[in-house]
Amino acid sequence: MNVANEAVAGHAPHGSHGAHGAHGPTHKQYAIGFALAIILTVIPFALVMSHTLAATPLVIAGFALAQIVVHVVYFLHVDTSEEKRWNLMALLYTAVMVFIVLGGSLWIMHHLYVNMVPHAMHGGVWK
Amino acid sequence: MSNDPVLMQDGSLALKPGYADHAADALRDLRQRGDAVDFEVEHHHDVASTIQLGFWIYLMSDCLLFSGLFATYALLNSHTAGGPAGSQLFDLPNVLIETMFLLFSSFTCGLATLAMNADRRNATVGWLAVTFLLGLGFITIEVREFAHMVAIGAGPDRSAFLSSFFTLVATHGLHVTCGLIFMAVMMVAVLKKGLTPTNRARLVNLSLFWHFLDIIWVGVFSLVYLFGVAH
Repeated sequence: MNVANEAVAGHAPHGSHGAHGAHGPTHKQYAIGFALAIILTVIPFALVMSHTLAATPLVIAGFALAQIVVHVVYFLHVDTSEEKRWNLMALLYTAVMVFIVLGGSLWIMHHLYVNMVPHAMHGGVWK
Repeated sequence: MSNDPVLMQDGSLALKPGYADHAADALRDLRQRGDAVDFEVEHHHDVASTIQLGFWIYLMSDCLLFSGLFATYALLNSHTAGGPAGSQLFDLPNVLIETMFLLFSSFTCGLATLAMNADRRNATVGWLAVTFLLGLGFITIEVREFAHMVAIGAGPDRSAFLSSFFTLVATHGLHVTCGLIFMAVMMVAVLKKGLTPTNRARLVNLSLFWHFLDIIWVGVFSLVYLFGVAH
């Protein structure tokens, strides 16, 4: 019975100091994530709204990417731990697929515009 | 006779005819009970984490759906067919307020998860209610924006740009609306049945869904609104 009792304690999903509690999210994590997300939202908005030259697509995309990473780490709690391994794998796979779909579409269509439509670059995809 | 086999009170040395059977029975009984507890706990744990992984896979496939819509928008956003462009239509202060609504709701959704982990039922429902209202605020702003655009003749039928804009942004809005329905159902479920293992598993999925929608929105406000105005 000792073995069974240990199993109960060790696997109690919501015990105050069970395995779950040790890896569960904390107030601190959400607070850090929230603060970072606010900062990473306000800066690109401010850049664009003040019409500075710094508001290039690349800069905006950089802030977006940074904020997405913040959300994934602090809100979705994806990490490299054993129990989150498959979540991480699926996420990385999805990231690769999104990159292929987005990057591939833009790449192919860019070449299509360049080769097929005269003067399309005035209103082309890279504008 | 003193050497008759006797089953002692403490269970040791049950030396009487058939003692072996008794001992085996008792042992089997114990083992079965232990196994049952073990199995139940393991089973719960496995099912909960399997459901969560399944939901995660759904979110990832939803992500792929959005990547298709994002790619479509990125390709068509310059095809305004002589109609209004994004820079003429988008009201950034309005979008910033909208974004803050969703970001705050993501935070309060996290607080609901923490309240759930601390076994505080009323706090869980309370934070879910705050999250719900913030989400409702987001949707209200979005619907008003859409209504305004349609009213000034910049509806989805105006140009390829606007078709792809409405498809992308409204698909996100539809997801948020589904999230709100999910949330309302979970508030009632938690109030009625408490923080049962089933409700906990569903609440975890709900929070994943809600945070996921906020991530998609980061892509929307960056690629659609900020890119649109920055150009």
